[in-house]
Amino acid sequence: MAVLTVDNLKVSFDTPDGPVSAVKGTSFHIEAGECLGIVGESGSGKSQTFMAAMGLLPSNGRASGSVRLDGHEILNLPVGKLNDVRGADVGMIFQDPLTALTPHLRVGEQMAEVLKVHRGMTGSAARRLCLDWLERVRIPAASRRLRQFPHELSGGMRQRVMIAQAMLCEPRLLIADEPTTALDVTVQAEVLDLIAGLQKEHGTAVALITHDMGVVARMCDRLEVMQYGEVVESGSVGKIFGAADHAYTRRLLDAMPRIDAGDAPAPMPAETETLLDVDDLRVEFPIRPESGFFRKPIPLKAVNGVSFSLARGETLGIVGESGCGKSTLARAVLRLIEPTDGNVSWLGTPLTDLDKRAMKKERKDLQIVFQDPLASLDPRMTIAASIAEPLKTYRPDMTARERRAAVAEMMERVGLDPDMQNRYPHEMSGGQNQRVGIARAMINRPKLIICDEAVSALDVSIQAQIVKLLKDLQAEFGMSMLFISHDLSVVREISNRIMVLYLGRIVEMGDGDMICATPRHPYTQSLISAVPIPDPDLERSRERIRIPGELPSPLDLRAALRFLPSKLAAGDEDYVPRLDQVAPGHWVAEHDPLDRILAQAPAQDAL
Amino acid sequence: MFGKSDKAADLAGEVTDHTAIQGRSLWRDALDRFLRNKAAMACVFVLGLIVVFVVFGPLLAQWSNEEIDWSRMGDIVRDGRPNIENGHYFGLDELGRDLYARVIQATRTSLLVGLIGAAMALILGTAYGVIAGFYGGRLDAGMMRFVDILLAIPTTLIIILILVVAGRSFITLFIALGAVSWLTMSRIVRAQTLTLKTREFIEAARAGGVSEGAIIVRHILPNLLGVVIVYASLLVPEMILAESFISFLGLGIAEPNTSLGRLIAEGAGTMAYGTLWQLLFPLFFYVTIIITMFFIGDGLRDALDPKDR
Repeated sequence: MAVLTVDNLKVSFDTPDGPVSAVKGTSFHIEAGECLGIVGESGSGKSQTFMAAMGLLPSNGRASGSVRLDGHEILNLPVGKLNDVRGADVGMIFQDPLTALTPHLRVGEQMAEVLKVHRGMTGSAARRLCLDWLERVRIPAASRRLRQFPHELSGGMRQRVMIAQAMLCEPRLLIADEPTTALDVTVQAEVLDLIAGLQKEHGTAVALITHDMGVVARMCDRLEVMQYGEVVESGSVGKIFGAADHAYTRRLLDAMPRIDAGDAPAPMPAETETLLDVDDLRVEFPIRPESGFFRKPIPLKAVNGVSFSLARGETLGIVGESGCGKSTLARAVLRLIEPTDGNVSWLGTPLTDLDKRAMKKERKDLQIVFQDPLASLDPRMTIAASIAEPLKTYRPDMTARERRAAVAEMMERVGLDPDMQNRYPHEMSGGQNQRVGIARAMINRPKLIICDEAVSALDVSIQAQIVKLLKDLQAEFGMSMLFISHDLSVVREISNRIMVLYLGRIVEMGDGDMICATPRHPYTQSLISAVPIPDPDLERSRERIRIPGELPSPLDLRAALRFLPSKLAAGDEDYVPRLDQVAPGHWVAEHDPLDRILAQAPAQDAL
Repeated sequence: MFGKSDKAADLAGEVTDHTAIQGRSLWRDALDRFLRNKAAMACVFVLGLIVVFVVFGPLLAQWSNEEIDWSRMGDIVRDGRPNIENGHYFGLDELGRDLYARVIQATRTSLLVGLIGAAMALILGTAYGVIAGFYGGRLDAGMMRFVDILLAIPTTLIIILILVVAGRSFITLFIALGAVSWLTMSRIVRAQTLTLKTREFIEAARAGGVSEGAIIVRHILPNLLGVVIVYASLLVPEMILAESFISFLGLGIAEPNTSLGRLIAEGAGTMAYGTLWQLLFPLFFYVTIIITMFFIGDGLRDALDPKDR
């Protein structure tokens, strides 16, 4: 019997420009114990469908139709009655676990509140149950976590707390709204495994709202594909991945980059001229410890001795999880952050020694595209003014008319209609804004472009378009690129070579397909095994490599030697792992055998 | 000669580019939101009426503000009542001067005090705050400690000291009000600058080789303006209140000039003798100005910063 039945649900919002309909009559159902994937890109109405069902619409939203939970109508119920349902029969997990947890309440208090409301359970009984669930979601040192505040936990931990809290009353349905989008791949893999485990053990039905076809392939039994507020295709995962009927579904599937595709750009010929040479670059931030009377700042080594070179026209992908120093590295190369030590030489000129004036001259050839397309554009400027800004600095000889022509030409080149030049960033979509950011970076025809997570904030299909645009621009203008991303499959698509960073150090560097097909370092192996592949059969049969523990803090000195437990055991904590060349152009940092690393007791977690 | 002109070329470009879609700037959006705000628009209308009254009111006046009506000053309670026929629309004050002319004069002073005080805060506070926030480090620490020290001294005390030392005049009053009003403004602007300066579009401008001065003028200031305008609009009534308080104490504006605070003080002093109009007319204008100003400020905040609601 269906746990949740949604019938002809319509959601619309009243805005000053008239009503906007977000969901236009969707119908679907979720059976007990199954995992239903709701897939669609931003604005497809996938989240609003469930927000409306749970009565969580903002005050200007209106919902009509029917939503039945176990046969009882719950749509537009008064709040009092809804509260009996929410949390008890239906649990919800949101995308950002930090904003979804109340910052001033301890983990234990937040969880106990759910029990108090729905079960009337308080005191030690409630505490025991909370502890039990924290252990079931595999949080290490659970009893200590009960007394901690959300900000003291890492992103993955917080999401586990959210899941434990949602599961406390053993709901029949768990709604997970992009539960892993804000998490690193390895953490994502663990959270997904956890949800799948709960689904099996407790027979909880799961509604998984996501944009990631890889996640769907791993988790879901059935699938509803949404576009513009309507379900365009539904069916079993095997059927849809095998033979999608609707053009939109096919487009979504095709746009999804695959890490196992094996068509990474070929490595550059060896004789290509070197543009950028980075030697032993270090960036340290002084951090004040929280305790101690004479608080001496200790250095946080964000980038800890990174060396690489970049040839003309080459793309080097930089991959790593959050906190590995990849963005800091990019900014240090451009001297947007001053490096603490080391050399960056650009066409033989050491950039690190230049004064402000000389540096400004070099910036013409060194450009950057940022992650958040909206935040990287001045909201008070028209897009044409934003694109023209570098021209004003470097081509003061141009008249306003010439500038306008150059901007229009560049807009056309990046796929924007020149008629939109007087628009403001808030009037355009994320993909369009990112095109503006690329146009601004390209307008002076630079020799190097750094893309700092340039496609990470975009929908899959837009992401594919932007990657293609960058490739085309590179073919046309021959610039080099540093392509930074946490997403290995996107990096592989565009990079000649890939560099994997871990806590500010290179752990592996080599040609794109070499890294993805035959990774040598345990960290790279675990990263690659965690990346979901949009192919249900392949994805479910893959073996995952789990390095014990979460991504540790860069302040923890011992963490740097996580892959050399033998050195740690020998008490050699300052040891710097060597980079060995295992094959031509394939460098791997020194590490212990995988078995040895996996065998370490998760001692660091118990802290 | 014509073809060479940059401006002319630009204008020509503007004319030929008629196909381009006109974007809606954030300013335009804010204006639309403000125009839709009924309370704020009503207040703008009322305040506009007061301004019209101040500008054109003297044309209707039959008495000047300095003239003493000798024939009626003998018995103000009986002869000095508001009266359309004898030209004393608002009655007489204690000395036998025409209250209508005096109220116009006082309203003008109070509005000027509010606007000039807020304007000084706007210019000085913004410049100071932007410099401290943008350049940061020791400079910021030094500049902000100076503000902290000044803020620690009671505002009224500073104003009174300046007025006593430099003598009571219009100019010193404006200087005294300006001297205290920019302090909070500079703090707000500094905090805003600090958050703006880490935004990606500033970093993008840096990477694009834009000089620091240009970053401040082109990127920081326009993005600050919303907050600054809102705060300045709330500062106007605050300045009027401060001035009235000073005048109420007997400092502030000196005769023959006057302000609403002063008239209210005088009216309150003679209240017991039955000349209630001497208090009520200035009080009405005073309260109306303050209330409308606050509503307009609120409306501006809602319009410029819709997330805050």
